[in-house]
Amino acid sequence: MSDEKPQETQKQEGAPAAKPANEAAAPVKPAPPDPSAPVGEPWESELVTSLRAAFPEMAMEAYSHLGENCLIVPRESILPLAQHLKGESGYEMLTSLTAADYPSRDQRFDVIYQLYSFAANERLRVKAYVGENETVESVFPVWSGADWMEREVFDMFGIPFDHHPNLKRILLPDEWEGYPLRKDYPILKQDKNWVKENLHIESGQ
Amino acid sequence: MATTPQATFLDANEIVINMGPQHPSTHGVLRVILKLDGEKVRGTELVIGYLHRGVEKIAENRTYTQFAPYVDRMDYVAAVSNGLGYCEAVEKLLQVEAPPRANYVRVILTELNRISSHLLWLGTHALDLGAITPLFYTFREREEVLKIFENYCGARLTTHAFRIGGLQYETYDGFEQQVKEFCNTFPFHIGEYETLLTGNRIWLKRTKGVGILTAEQAIDLSVTGPLLRAAGVEMDLRKAQPYAAYPDFDFDIPTGQNGDTFDRYMVRMEEMRQSIRIVRQALEKLPDGPITCKVPKIIKPPVGEVYHAIEAPKGELGYHVVSDGSTQPYRIHVRPPSFINLQALDCMVRGLLIADVVAVIGTIDIVLGEVDR
Repeated sequence: MSDEKPQETQKQEGAPAAKPANEAAAPVKPAPPDPSAPVGEPWESELVTSLRAAFPEMAMEAYSHLGENCLIVPRESILPLAQHLKGESGYEMLTSLTAADYPSRDQRFDVIYQLYSFAANERLRVKAYVGENETVESVFPVWSGADWMEREVFDMFGIPFDHHPNLKRILLPDEWEGYPLRKDYPILKQDKNWVKENLHIESGQ
Repeated sequence: MATTPQATFLDANEIVINMGPQHPSTHGVLRVILKLDGEKVRGTELVIGYLHRGVEKIAENRTYTQFAPYVDRMDYVAAVSNGLGYCEAVEKLLQVEAPPRANYVRVILTELNRISSHLLWLGTHALDLGAITPLFYTFREREEVLKIFENYCGARLTTHAFRIGGLQYETYDGFEQQVKEFCNTFPFHIGEYETLLTGNRIWLKRTKGVGILTAEQAIDLSVTGPLLRAAGVEMDLRKAQPYAAYPDFDFDIPTGQNGDTFDRYMVRMEEMRQSIRIVRQALEKLPDGPITCKVPKIIKPPVGEVYHAIEAPKGELGYHVVSDGSTQPYRIHVRPPSFINLQALDCMVRGLLIADVVAVIGTIDIVLGEVDR
């Protein structure tokens, strides 16, 4: 049943690799797709217009992909924007807060907020780019649920959240060195000193 | 000691005691540091992470297909739900849709899994509160569900029942008969549990008014699932943002009023009845046809990201998948309901007695495999 499709796709994938020199018109070496660039079409809606009106000096990008709406805003605007989104636009719940690491970019981290509005039954993703030595304002005053989520992001990526009530590691031991979900943290890496000191073994593997 | 007057002793001295991580009532390796005033809880601090395996890091080093079995190990009592959420998230990224028959079988298995998850919750929750009998009853019926899973895919707990694009296996001979039989007998058994608990004076004393979480608090704390519904918010992703074959079925969303432990108990009991209702309809209308759509053998979703959430037995289970166009996910974030609901523990137990902390941990319904990932 799925016999035909895989062959087709394999052909497509295999074609440029098999004869790269022949076709001059085709891109010689297709650049690896940049996952950090926003995908999708620009998104215009009442919400975006109202946000542009409320924050005229904020540089905001809005786009929509696969039916999911996303805003990209500067990290300094996160807290006022969160307050506005909760108070004025009805995004009462912060469903999820996470991050992603793109080490090749100037500001390497995406901090990603996933919001939900009960009244409109809609989701909204808000993203902010954060550099390695930069901080983000905690949204704990707006949504208390952000407490553990921000701690998890701090634990896994080392992104500090300003004015968080209790910013410390949550899943890893407090003394652990390194931030595992960063791309430059190899999968087999561990804090050997911590393992030796606390578990009295040479290696956890 | 001598200088502390007796009258102010309780106010002045906070006693800190440790509960867990090895304690039967914490349902796994959860450590709760309790700050007590006498026997009253003044505050808590939770220590988690004992079961952290770095699932999200593993995902970045596996292909989309290889990662699918790992999600079963998060909420291991509701592995089918985890698999459904993951497969649908990747399908959304690939822009493919599972065929109707696959969706129906998915709904049947997911709802049976909801029942088995709730049964495990009910048995252990009642056991925590001193009622030993319900555990034997609930495990008897849970066994029936696990047998269906075993017959379907060979595994009882970490089932890996679904594949990206549909199902791996067609249903076995006698599947419909076995599920139908379960649907016919199970409502009677819910009645049995209710006879044991619902009117029981001790049960009422231990659960009514205990661990109240209001709707405002729940929304502020990002709490979802039965906890939110027991607080009176009619929110169920199966209705609000339907996925799989859920739009085809009639069912109600049970809600409570007080948001206490008793309401959460009633909500989950009713949810099991509604699940049976859904399974019955799905069996009746089960369409014929292919069980998987055309997906390439090597799964390479286009560049992009999706957030897909489903209503797992414990609340909203979301997958945030970022693809860079390669065979391995660039980043997967799991929004686990247990982790986020557990955060509400502190708000729920303040001012209660130590014994109630056990009731509240039980009523949140956590699985530490999912909290720590």
